[in-house]
Amino acid sequence: MKAVVTVIGKDMVGILAKVSTVCANNNANVAEVTQSILEGYFCMVMVIEISKLTCQLDELEASLKASVPDMVIHVMHEDIFNSMHRI
Amino acid sequence: MVNFNDIMETITMIQDENLDIRTITMGISLLDCADSDIERSCEKIYKKITAKAKDLVSTGEAIEKKYGIPIVNKRISVTPIAMLVAASGGDPVKYALTLDRAARDVGVNFIGGFSALVQKGFSAGDRELINSIPRALAETQFVCSSVNIGSTKAGINMDAVKMMGSVVKEAAELTKDNQCVGAAKLVVFCNAPEDNPFMAGAFHGPGEPDVVINVGVSGPGVVRSALAKLPADAPLNEVAELIKKTAFKITRMGQLVGTEASRMLGVPFGIIDLSLAPTPAVGDSVAHILEEIGLEQCGTHGTTAALAMLNDAVKKGGVMASSSVGGLSGAFIPVTEDAGMIDAARKGVLSVEKLEAMTAVCSVGLDMIVIPGETSSSTISAIIADEAAIGMVNSKTTAVRVIPAIGLGDGDELDFGGLLGKGPVMKLRPQSSQKMIDRGGRIPAPMQSLKN
Repeated sequence: MKAVVTVIGKDMVGILAKVSTVCANNNANVAEVTQSILEGYFCMVMVIEISKLTCQLDELEASLKASVPDMVIHVMHEDIFNSMHRI
Repeated sequence: MVNFNDIMETITMIQDENLDIRTITMGISLLDCADSDIERSCEKIYKKITAKAKDLVSTGEAIEKKYGIPIVNKRISVTPIAMLVAASGGDPVKYALTLDRAARDVGVNFIGGFSALVQKGFSAGDRELINSIPRALAETQFVCSSVNIGSTKAGINMDAVKMMGSVVKEAAELTKDNQCVGAAKLVVFCNAPEDNPFMAGAFHGPGEPDVVINVGVSGPGVVRSALAKLPADAPLNEVAELIKKTAFKITRMGQLVGTEASRMLGVPFGIIDLSLAPTPAVGDSVAHILEEIGLEQCGTHGTTAALAMLNDAVKKGGVMASSSVGGLSGAFIPVTEDAGMIDAARKGVLSVEKLEAMTAVCSVGLDMIVIPGETSSSTISAIIADEAAIGMVNSKTTAVRVIPAIGLGDGDELDFGGLLGKGPVMKLRPQSSQKMIDRGGRIPAPMQSLKN
């Protein structure tokens, strides 16, 4: 099982470090990271392995939000993207 | 792995464009609760609903957390209560109070099915139930009521149409201190679907399984934003194509949530209703989609054509995305629940006549329309008859949910708050339809061939 973490906001030092620390603390393995600048905003998409996650997905989202409070963060199950964008 | 742009598209749909699952509705059959004693019947109903639906709300919340998708409402629909009244007799309001108590205890925000199906005639329990609707709606908080008075196969039961005119008026009168909200929880149908998850018209048809999960998805905001990105000179076939693709994605999400809810609850999955259901929130309006297509304001000339295209494209996209599409499925046009329609009605651009034309090409009927408080019951009956005729002849569902604003007239507004929204009193014709309505009887079913 995988989940997709998206982080959007103004670029600053240490975003990736903070986000991956929270993932590590909750036993989520980072499988893939893509980042780019969209319309001047920093956008990072991170795919994480959540089979052995030690907390609930919404708790992970809450901890991520707390670690980088200025950024907009979403944590969503990969099933959503697979069902919406794949036939 | 899904690509970066697809991920961002989904996130934007949920975060900025109000994409949500509008409702997970559990349909529960109460046929096995029928008893010749009304008290025992009520007790069985309460037990069955609270047993079957005890995990409905928590499951909905668990899915929200798992997938990060908002699920706005969790609801219940039940067997038309008139069928239970037929067995038990007694005061039907007792059933309404039982449903209300069960809804409160399981934590759902509406329970539908205080209903009767009388398209061809009245059987035991039907008249009693219909006459008790105003009191039932005034004395309960969560109960919704619907009556099916016509169908393409049976014609229109004009005796029932006559009754419903007074029932709608009385429902408003009994709740006049609370924005006449009774009438907002009452729908009069022609060709009512038996698996509709949306309120106030949801009920669990007698042909349905014992318990079933139906899901209603929504997303007018998503469709509007997608259209905003098209060039202004894009031909309408491209517009339709884009709506279709967007509806496909929205429905896929509904399918995922429905399947998951059905698995977690151990209840069979029924249908997805892929209606574009607006809310009063800015950016969640069907009227704004029509305006994005190229109308200055919803209600002007061209509105019917734009809506016909929208409704059809939504169905086409949705049908491809799910093998079990049902319910109303299309575009809703509830005036008070749609920011763009409220605006158009206030300016007088959107009239009841235009709305009636729109209902011939979209999935519902005259929905959430505030009418003057002094409107006679026969005029309300005549509105119902007109709308039922459109549904009967075109083999589609139509419905009437009008709210007589008791004590109010031209220029006044009702404000229900929440999803039901608010809206101005709309003008009706003052001329009488009394003589026709007093005739009663039945309008025979229409020809199904030689169609022109």
